[in-house]
Amino acid sequence: MSEPFRIATGGDVKAGAPLTFMFDGVSYAGRAGDTLASALLAHGVHLVGRSYKYHRPRGVLSAGAEEPNALVGVDGGAGRFTPNLRATQVELHDGLVATSQNRWPSLAFDLGAVNSLGARFFSAGFYYKTFMGPRAAGLRAWKNVFEPIVRQAAGLGAAPTAPDPDRYAQFYTHCDALIVGAGAAGLAAALAAGRAGADVILCDEQARFGGSLLQERTATIDDAPASAWLEAALAALAAMPNVRMVARTQAFGHHAQNLVGLCERVGDRDSAASEGVRERLWQVRARDVVLATGAIERPLVFPGNDRPGVMLAEAARAYLARWGVAVGRRVLVATTHDSAYRVALDLRAAGVGVAGVVDLRDAPTGELVEAARGAGIRVLAGRAIKSTSGRLRIREARIGPVASTEAAQEERIACDALLMCGGWTPSVHLHAQSRGKLVWAPAIGAFVPGQAAAHVRSAGACNGAFGLAAALREGDAAGAAVAGGSARAYATAHDPPQTGARDIAPARSAAAKDKAFLDFQNDVAVEDVELAVREGMRSIEHVKRYTTTGMATDQGKTSNLNALEVAARALGKAVPEVGLTTYRSPYTPVTFGALAGASRGDLFDPVRRTPIDPWAQAQGAAFEDVGLWKRAHYFPRAGESMAQAVARECRQTRASVGLFDASTLGKIEVVGPDAAAFLEKMYTNPFAGLAPGRCRYALMLNEAGFVIDDGVVARLAPDRFHVTTTTGGAARVLHHMEDYLQTEFPQMKVWLTSTSEQWAVIAVQGPRARDVITPLVEEIDLSREATPHMSVREGRVCGFAARVMRVSFTGELGFEINVPSEHGRAVWEAVWAEGASREAVAYGTEAMHVMRAEKGYVIVGQDTDGTVTPDDLGLGWAIGKNKRDFVGKRSLARPDIVAAGRKQFVGLLTEDPAFVAEEGAQIVDARGGAGGAALGHVTSAYFSPALGRSIALALVANGRNRIGETLHIPIMGRTIAARVVAPTFHDPQGALLDV
Amino acid sequence: MSEARAANPTPPTPAFPDDAEASLQSVGAAARFVLRGETPAARLAGEALGVAAPGRINRAEAAGLRAMLRLGPDEWLLVADGEAPAGLAGSLAQALDGTPHSLVDVSARQVGFVLDGRLAARLISAGCPLDLRDGAFPVGAATRTIFLKAEIVLWRRAAQTWRLEVWRSFAPYLIGHLAEARRGAADL
Repeated sequence: MSEPFRIATGGDVKAGAPLTFMFDGVSYAGRAGDTLASALLAHGVHLVGRSYKYHRPRGVLSAGAEEPNALVGVDGGAGRFTPNLRATQVELHDGLVATSQNRWPSLAFDLGAVNSLGARFFSAGFYYKTFMGPRAAGLRAWKNVFEPIVRQAAGLGAAPTAPDPDRYAQFYTHCDALIVGAGAAGLAAALAAGRAGADVILCDEQARFGGSLLQERTATIDDAPASAWLEAALAALAAMPNVRMVARTQAFGHHAQNLVGLCERVGDRDSAASEGVRERLWQVRARDVVLATGAIERPLVFPGNDRPGVMLAEAARAYLARWGVAVGRRVLVATTHDSAYRVALDLRAAGVGVAGVVDLRDAPTGELVEAARGAGIRVLAGRAIKSTSGRLRIREARIGPVASTEAAQEERIACDALLMCGGWTPSVHLHAQSRGKLVWAPAIGAFVPGQAAAHVRSAGACNGAFGLAAALREGDAAGAAVAGGSARAYATAHDPPQTGARDIAPARSAAAKDKAFLDFQNDVAVEDVELAVREGMRSIEHVKRYTTTGMATDQGKTSNLNALEVAARALGKAVPEVGLTTYRSPYTPVTFGALAGASRGDLFDPVRRTPIDPWAQAQGAAFEDVGLWKRAHYFPRAGESMAQAVARECRQTRASVGLFDASTLGKIEVVGPDAAAFLEKMYTNPFAGLAPGRCRYALMLNEAGFVIDDGVVARLAPDRFHVTTTTGGAARVLHHMEDYLQTEFPQMKVWLTSTSEQWAVIAVQGPRARDVITPLVEEIDLSREATPHMSVREGRVCGFAARVMRVSFTGELGFEINVPSEHGRAVWEAVWAEGASREAVAYGTEAMHVMRAEKGYVIVGQDTDGTVTPDDLGLGWAIGKNKRDFVGKRSLARPDIVAAGRKQFVGLLTEDPAFVAEEGAQIVDARGGAGGAALGHVTSAYFSPALGRSIALALVANGRNRIGETLHIPIMGRTIAARVVAPTFHDPQGALLDV
Repeated sequence: MSEARAANPTPPTPAFPDDAEASLQSVGAAARFVLRGETPAARLAGEALGVAAPGRINRAEAAGLRAMLRLGPDEWLLVADGEAPAGLAGSLAQALDGTPHSLVDVSARQVGFVLDGRLAARLISAGCPLDLRDGAFPVGAATRTIFLKAEIVLWRRAAQTWRLEVWRSFAPYLIGHLAEARRGAADL
């Protein structure tokens, strides 16, 4: 297919084998090196989208990252749909499928465009006014009628629904100098820093390095054409091993201490060579940052400035030089700045018809202006565009004196493209994000970097220094400075000085019908900002939120300063007095994929499994998540429900013996001459008198006196303790201890080492536990007398060094075998084999919970909620009464802690023995129902196989005094009666423990 | 009962795509101890181990298959590849007798890997924010640090050779991410 707007030279893209791509269902041919925008423009396609609010037809405005209009969805096949991409940045590849957005049913005929007719309805502050609208309309009408309509009408692309099959990588990296932007300034900086030996990263968001040098056809650097200098500079940099060059890489945010986020579009280059890596996020920690991010051309503000075919002037120069694309056949230029003359001259030189240059300045002068006149280009000075016409593409512009409102004075000029230049805005985004100050530069009508943060510099156009010579000079100086090198001088020629004017406000023509747009993406026009000011907005922050100007995905790259000027004019203030909005990261949108990296699916969080886990999996266990751990929840047999499996596991454990994988328990080895003294500080219990070989149940409080963890403290030697914590509390308890040790008790000679994963723990519980393990244990006498309840012995199990504790969380005779993790599975299987002849059962965490509840053993975090004291739990016996101090001791004497009526830990037996209360259910007094006084809540509730009925544990106000009372649990529209009992349902005397 | 019963020293881990640019090997069984205490304790332990105790924090000293990594002002990680902990525990305890210290066997707590090749440092930097360039992390440097959501000990053995130690249940996460990073660095 021919490309009618591709000029003979073809720019930098070569004819070669054509690429085929689809846009809105139409097939086109393009060339390698094209962007979607340049390829469409080569076919004369300017109409690429519909605007957000009014659904006005919109065309390509720019040639770069600042593009507000040409947002497209790109469909790369299954799961690879990306909405809201800027067509100016989408690199063309064969088979690319792109669609325009925000139009229905089609781009050329959009029903939503009736919004333009109801434009008054969508005035500034529309959302606020609607949300705050008359109550008469009613919330229901809003929810059911208006909101769906607004959401349907005001959308930007569609979110993909399929999982993303691509790969995203993330790397941290470090460098001496990160140089952002590879135009003239960035290249000069990289050359200077690289020559001086610095470790340099040079990044640019475009596929090719060079910035504006890529479209420079007249200027020379050191007597060479700009393009030749660029080629030589890139070759020199490529030869420096200390310089890393990353193209297609957007520096999207500057964070504390020079951490800069870069997003590299790897897949755009060559997806085959990159293992399906689509994007790579670099977190760069740079000693120094040189910003060479250039400047963005500003649109002019006139009625109908949003018609397809109305573009930024320099963009037309870029399309011509880089892609060989003429943006029209008869091009009109409107400007307040000399730079647009260069565009007109280049177009004329390429044979494109130039209808004239409309210059808002009364008497433009200078080398470029004269050159244009000399080339026969008509210059209309002191004139402004008053309006445009054309349905889906500009056809004609009306030109009149700047201050005139009279249609009679207007001249009509036919054109198929209108190029506008309202001056240049330095891209100070990263400078501002780095906490650099901004100062107003009246000469260029823009904010420029002021005082910079440490180790951040700006060079060239982003610093307000326009022109090739300034870019090279500042870039070179910055690069030399950060690397300790010396500066050099570049000689430039044929780069005429360019100036502009900013304080020109053309009057609105009486004949103009269209809005004059400021923010193209969010459809904010001059009248919206003026209305916001009339309605009382004074700061630009308010104007922004009221009108949504600058709040679209482009963050107002092309519009913010224009909006600021309109607001300042309406307020009668100078621009700096109106303020400036925040430059937020990211500079351009970053995909969720890039931010997530490989941290998804199985790699989102560590999935921690115990050494015994493979055995449990092979047995068909159901698992539950406990923190990051996977724990065996229960072991269902064929056809068994969870309740049946749990009941069987409980019954069999109490009848003979059960095996439980307790490896996830937190373990801390506390060693040193002051170990006992330190533990006395950290736990409520006394330990000085705990003999080596004995264990003690221990409670840990916070400063407020509330229980935060519990565990077993086993004394292995006078100076060595093996301390267990809850599974979820392992890291927290260690940190808690370290915190106190380092800040409160630094004089103590005691050290803490986590041994949670050193030991696999096999709990063997039940009346036959001793029988099962005795054949496997060496060097330990497991008899009742030699190893009583709550003792610890070191010896060997299955030949491996082991710590065997006689402890019980079931109320039955129990042992916990600790062996080094790598032997955990082997020992488990050996115990299991021994248990086979003794009706052993493996039980999971659910049966563990049930059996401990039958005994009234507390689970910290389930039966406690951070407001529970030892006495509340009935565990006052665990407090060492003669201890001078421990963490939380003082708080236990606080008036509210010793006051009567606190919630206390009790048991509940529902009148209906089959009814299992909900955990968390409220408990009310004897009056029952909604009128009852709230007394507490159920903390644990199960069906107890040992009792053959339901049981519950609860925190109830004044609970121990209520034993025998009947309270009520209101739930699901009815009220369940329950009797308060002591929280020990099974073997209250503990006779089964001492066997 | 005999010590001969087969052990499974490393947990099952995802495969790492070894090639010339980066390869990952498990170090297998090793004796490991955390030594806490003051400098004299480290000196005595070093003598018993036959390794010069590293004086500077974040440095490691090695002799043969034995090494001492100084991870903090009062913390050293002792590693003896291929050894069983029992024998070493005895000689260390003997050497340290009478000097306040804490010596804790963590042989089974963690597992060790060697990541080798031109891309090794790049892959570590997929999850570790430290500056791993020669000037900041020279050969012989060692530290406890993070790799995404896991804690690791990182020790640079040679220019392109890195030892990683990680708690055993975090190993699949670490290796999984290193393997993903290898693919993410395919063109680097």
